[in-house]
Amino acid sequence: MTTQKGGRAMDFHFTEEQLLLRKMVRDFAEKEILPLVGRMEKGWFPREILHKMASFGLMGMTVPEKYGGAGLDFTSYILAIHEISKVSATIGVILSVHSSVGTNPILYFGNEAQKGKYLPKLASGEYLGAFCLTEADAGSDAKNLKTKAVRKRDSYVINGSKMFVTNGGEADTYIVFTRTEDGSITAFIVEKNMPGFRVGKEEKKMGLHGSKTVQLHFENLHVPAENRLGKEGEGLKIAMANLDAGRIGIAAQALGIAEGAYGLSLQYAKNRWQFGRPVHEFQGVGFKLADIATRIEASKLLVYRASHLRSRGLDCKKEASMAKLFASQTAVDTAIAAMQIFGGNGYTEDYPLERYFRDAKITQIYEGTSEIQKMVISNQFLR
Amino acid sequence: MDFRLNEEHQMIRKMVRDFAVKEVAPTAAERDENERFDRSIFDKMAELGLTGIPWPEQYGGIGSDFLAYCIAVEELSRVCASTGVTLSAHTSLASWPLFKFGTEEQKQKYLTPLARGEKIGAYGLTEPGSGSDAGSMVTTARREGDHYVLNGSKIFITNGGVADIYIVFALTDPSSKHHGTSAFIIEKIFPGFSTGKKEKKMGIRSSTTTEIIFEDCIVPEENLLGEEGQGFKIAMMTLDGGRNGIAAQAVGIAQGALDAAVAYAKERKQFGKPIAANQGISFKLADMATAVEAARLLTYQAAWLESNGLPYGKESAMSKLFAGDTAMKVTTEAVQIFGGYGYTKDYPVERFMRDAKITQIYEGTQEIQRLVISRMLIRD
Repeated sequence: MTTQKGGRAMDFHFTEEQLLLRKMVRDFAEKEILPLVGRMEKGWFPREILHKMASFGLMGMTVPEKYGGAGLDFTSYILAIHEISKVSATIGVILSVHSSVGTNPILYFGNEAQKGKYLPKLASGEYLGAFCLTEADAGSDAKNLKTKAVRKRDSYVINGSKMFVTNGGEADTYIVFTRTEDGSITAFIVEKNMPGFRVGKEEKKMGLHGSKTVQLHFENLHVPAENRLGKEGEGLKIAMANLDAGRIGIAAQALGIAEGAYGLSLQYAKNRWQFGRPVHEFQGVGFKLADIATRIEASKLLVYRASHLRSRGLDCKKEASMAKLFASQTAVDTAIAAMQIFGGNGYTEDYPLERYFRDAKITQIYEGTSEIQKMVISNQFLR
Repeated sequence: MDFRLNEEHQMIRKMVRDFAVKEVAPTAAERDENERFDRSIFDKMAELGLTGIPWPEQYGGIGSDFLAYCIAVEELSRVCASTGVTLSAHTSLASWPLFKFGTEEQKQKYLTPLARGEKIGAYGLTEPGSGSDAGSMVTTARREGDHYVLNGSKIFITNGGVADIYIVFALTDPSSKHHGTSAFIIEKIFPGFSTGKKEKKMGIRSSTTTEIIFEDCIVPEENLLGEEGQGFKIAMMTLDGGRNGIAAQAVGIAQGALDAAVAYAKERKQFGKPIAANQGISFKLADMATAVEAARLLTYQAAWLESNGLPYGKESAMSKLFAGDTAMKVTTEAVQIFGGYGYTKDYPVERFMRDAKITQIYEGTQEIQRLVISRMLIRD
């Protein structure tokens, strides 16, 4: 069916290829990730799982084939994060950061030499990527960053610290945002073996225990000039350009967390008998599940509408922010409600719910807090 | 209606707040991380008279009231919800049924050491197959001459393992369900009593929660609490008051989170000003503060009703329902206000959020509270 303007009408179907990919990732998650979630909770970084994912082409999904990637569309990548996060939000965020903000800046803003040097390794999973923007005084106010980069002949000397770096310490390449001498923001591709690069404190977090989050310190870090990404002063543009994709990725992670928690609580409600019947037969429980299921459905539609626009190269700023805002709220509310359905059992480590509860909250905070998303959305109304 | 606390209540609040800040707060994060119950904190509470607040001096208490007790639980929970529930289970769940239903001998023998804090109390109702449906318990108590023999197990026992005295419910007449249950005063030294698995919990981790097991446990007949067949009624009446103690804990958790969030929002500068200067944050704080205030008033009302011998079942259920939901919302928003820092263990708000959730579940889930309230509304 076509509209008067000749465009396609709303199509709520995924393609054959996308459905096959989703099935492949779902099976992979159940078989290769699920058995190891307990280990990750104890702080084990899942290097082996990432290698297996790489062998399935999952570490370079949207990187073009000529650079060693799978050359898939953006929606396929979002489907993968969604499916993975149903089982493990930790793997979901490691993948999302590696791809959306660790690899994409090089893909879209790197020169041929940089693309040739780094993309094949990132896409194959030989390298893990990370992204360093946040500092102690520059969170929501990212432009307030103070890390300095001073040009010295054919390198830059970088001094400063970055906070909350996902994959920090484990990653091989880092997109680092600095302030160059002219006061503008400039991005660099930093490798962890460059002299002056120091991994600092590892954060102890409420959830996502298998994901390493660290502080980084750059102490007269020497970076070759050819590792500057884009021109001096283009750093802000690079950071902003990747935000939409990052937000849709986190929205998909949140959606996965919500669906995972919901699925577990639905199972429990069908099997737990009290007062002579399965507890889902009580409206107090059944209606709660209905509300959750509806919110998840709405989140799904927001996430995939945003990814659909993005894969067609269309502006999706508002849609990406709405998806992230809504899906992350859904994840938190679902985890709270799902744990309620599990009763006392859900509060113990014997059941997986408490991990979903602890993981859900961060989706409202990182890659732009819900408050920032509301600012983005409301600014769109003013246009 | 006088909304002011009297001098005695103000004094207790100050005393407990000072104690909480000095003796409880400094180790709260470490005890949470290590799931460590600290007996010395309980002992210090005993020294201050906090372990027997509502009971008369003749039973080792300080002769105050339920409102003072709620204030104590609230102030403790502001810094450590685990300490709050340790005291709440000890007072509302273990001591109260002794006070209400115990014989003079039982009160002297058991209530007095609990009130003085020489011993810790606990309450055993829940089983794997009977949570909300408490009447479906299967633990039995078979009468044999001058004693009972108990068989079965109870789970999710707050203070399990560290308590000396347990109020336990078992079927003396399995054919009768609600009217076949009886209450017993169990000492941990009774033959056949043992502590089982210790639960690893998401929150309130420095409160110990265990299974307790009865394997032909011999209980003297004089340890029957109340009459045979009265057990279910005793259990439910105990929970009516107990849930107000949990409401107080929830109010404390929420207040602790609110205080931290307000302080951070004033301090933290982004975009050239404190984040509290943004309506997105300040309006959130306003909503949080309003909810905490309402939760507190509901809780104090129920405590006041109980202290004055008036019916309090509906009000107590309302306070637990509202305060639990408030604690969950307020702590979640507090983490949000702290941003990335709030998600780390360097700041206490993620602990408050993990602790808040259980207040919606134990001592009667929110769903059970709604059952209790709606039944009363429909009946009236």
